[in-house]
Amino acid sequence: MIDDILTITNLKKHFVIGHTGRMSGRNPITVKAIDGISFSIREGETYGLVGESGSGKSTVAYIAIGMYLPSSGSIRFRNQELFRGKEKRSREFKKAIQIVFQDPGSSLNPRQNIKQILEMPLRVTKSENNRMEQIIYLLEIVGLPPEYMYKNPGMLSGGEKQIVAIARALATNPSLVILDEPTSALDVSVQAKTINLLLKLQKEFQLSYMFITHDLSLMRNVSNRVAIMYLGKICEIADTIDFFRNPLHPYTQMLLSAIPVINEEEEKLKPEKVISTGEIPSPVNLPPGCSFHSRCPFIMNICKQVDPVMAEIEENHVVRCHLFTQPGSENGTSVPSNMIL
Amino acid sequence: MNDSKPLLDVKNLNVSFSVYGGKLCVLDGVNFFMYPGEKVGLVGETGCGKTTTMKAILRVLPTPPAIISSGSIHFDGKDIMGLKVDELLRVRGRGISMVFQDPTAALNPVFTIGEQFENVIKFSSSSGKSLTKKDIHQKAISALKEVSLADPERLLQSYPIQLSGGMRQRVCIGMALSTNPKLLIADEPGTSLDVTIQDQVLRLLRKLVEDYNTSVILITHTLGIVRETTNRVYVMYAGNMVEMAATHKLFLKPLHPYTKALISTVPRLTGGGITSGIPGRIPDYRNPPTGCRFHPRCPNVMDICSKEKPSVFNIEPDHGVACFLYKSDITNMKEKATKVQ
Repeated sequence: MIDDILTITNLKKHFVIGHTGRMSGRNPITVKAIDGISFSIREGETYGLVGESGSGKSTVAYIAIGMYLPSSGSIRFRNQELFRGKEKRSREFKKAIQIVFQDPGSSLNPRQNIKQILEMPLRVTKSENNRMEQIIYLLEIVGLPPEYMYKNPGMLSGGEKQIVAIARALATNPSLVILDEPTSALDVSVQAKTINLLLKLQKEFQLSYMFITHDLSLMRNVSNRVAIMYLGKICEIADTIDFFRNPLHPYTQMLLSAIPVINEEEEKLKPEKVISTGEIPSPVNLPPGCSFHSRCPFIMNICKQVDPVMAEIEENHVVRCHLFTQPGSENGTSVPSNMIL
Repeated sequence: MNDSKPLLDVKNLNVSFSVYGGKLCVLDGVNFFMYPGEKVGLVGETGCGKTTTMKAILRVLPTPPAIISSGSIHFDGKDIMGLKVDELLRVRGRGISMVFQDPTAALNPVFTIGEQFENVIKFSSSSGKSLTKKDIHQKAISALKEVSLADPERLLQSYPIQLSGGMRQRVCIGMALSTNPKLLIADEPGTSLDVTIQDQVLRLLRKLVEDYNTSVILITHTLGIVRETTNRVYVMYAGNMVEMAATHKLFLKPLHPYTKALISTVPRLTGGGITSGIPGRIPDYRNPPTGCRFHPRCPNVMDICSKEKPSVFNIEPDHGVACFLYKSDITNMKEKATKVQ
């Protein structure tokens, strides 16, 4: 059994964006960016987190590295709680969990050169001795020549900037790296190079990745397991191969059928009957029931009233949908009776 | 192939930009044509000159810094380069419309959708000036219904910020098509949207151009979208058209090494990992490589590639490629043809 490196249990993050009513009976208006999600990342795996914009993927990432405090729930790193009240996160955890942001253009300081950018995490975590060697080593492992040290981010292409950001994340010898859409700002040919570098580094340093993206075809090729998020909740978790062979949740099917593909074989993998309709609703004042019911092609009465719970349909394949937990429904007949709501 | 005259015919277009620090030779002899009713895709990485080509066609390139040093552009029998400003405005509204990548930037944030929409109808459609206010309003409403937007009356009174990204892009498409143009240029119409919304917008676009029989140029770097939307493709690299083919042929049998590499870097839904990408990066336009501009990155580079610029070899009537690898094929074919005769 492989141990879990990060375990998230019933995590919630609600942002207060305003208030209703007068001074006396004031009620906060909240955005439920994350509303009770649970999953765990195993040691050494690439865990894919997929969803549209506004689904809460990045909020999960920011909580994991400690930029936000969660509203409730627990997030444990190698069985140690990351958030203990208002207490500051210890340096050990900060070193162990690092992040690569989506847009390298804005995550690197344009006024610093690459040496200064890479020096900062080293200064915090490593001894002063042979600092230059440490920087050269960092550049070497990501495949950049040492003379890049004296360049500014403005002189690099988008792909190279992202590679510098990866080097910076590796400076503290992390064991979990959060990749928040690391290639969505890059061209496909550059994306391929960056992804290959990430996979190589993962092998070399036994890294675990939380890979956030909206690109399912990319996910198919890099991750071991996939979780699909919609409006702050997870609707499906499965092993990658199983997931693409047999997508269950209607939203997942909609996502898959919307991907533009380049050959016939891929076309066959797309569920045909689900055509994408509607848009992701505002996360303020969500309607009761399943948050996807406004767009779901298989909507039933219960969906508007009761929020479904996670149910394991096959081994390691979890879905949160009434279709699979209701007796007598189209697909639900094969569901074991103990799963029924 | 079509016997009628081309709708758009661009010959040997050279565009450079004079900037601080030198002259950027961006477009280097671009040839491009399309017949009425065709749906043509233009594919290439960021910075390869796709948008510059389209801006030159619409004559919206700011000169200076841009210099159109040579070339001719004919649209619908008219020489675009020689048109006076008022004639040009007529071409832009009724002849060619454009949908931009970012609908948020394309719409003016301080005017309501109605004001912007009605102005487009008033000044661009053939009978616009003689219409009453009520007619224009009616036309705007039917145009919004056309792009499947609910509650058009309310929409016309709202500001762009009150709409979602997908709705804004629908408004832009509706606006572009409301003048019934002969040619629609869609510059990455789905790139800034989520994948399910992109799918909806593209499906709508496909249906409308079918209904109106509008010709379309679709600019994109997503190969899957090209495959699903167009019937002919141009592949562009560093200001050159490197390959042009019927869409299904391009995906079945890409010829140019760049096209092959580009297609192989796309992550597949069927899995199989990610290829290593294309080595190197797009050239510096200040001092572009001599001969074929792809030769420094080409896996099949030969001596001749750095000396001469390859012309387009037509392997099949609807499949041309600008690469010396196919020069011998052409001479062989010609020899065979003469022998048969």
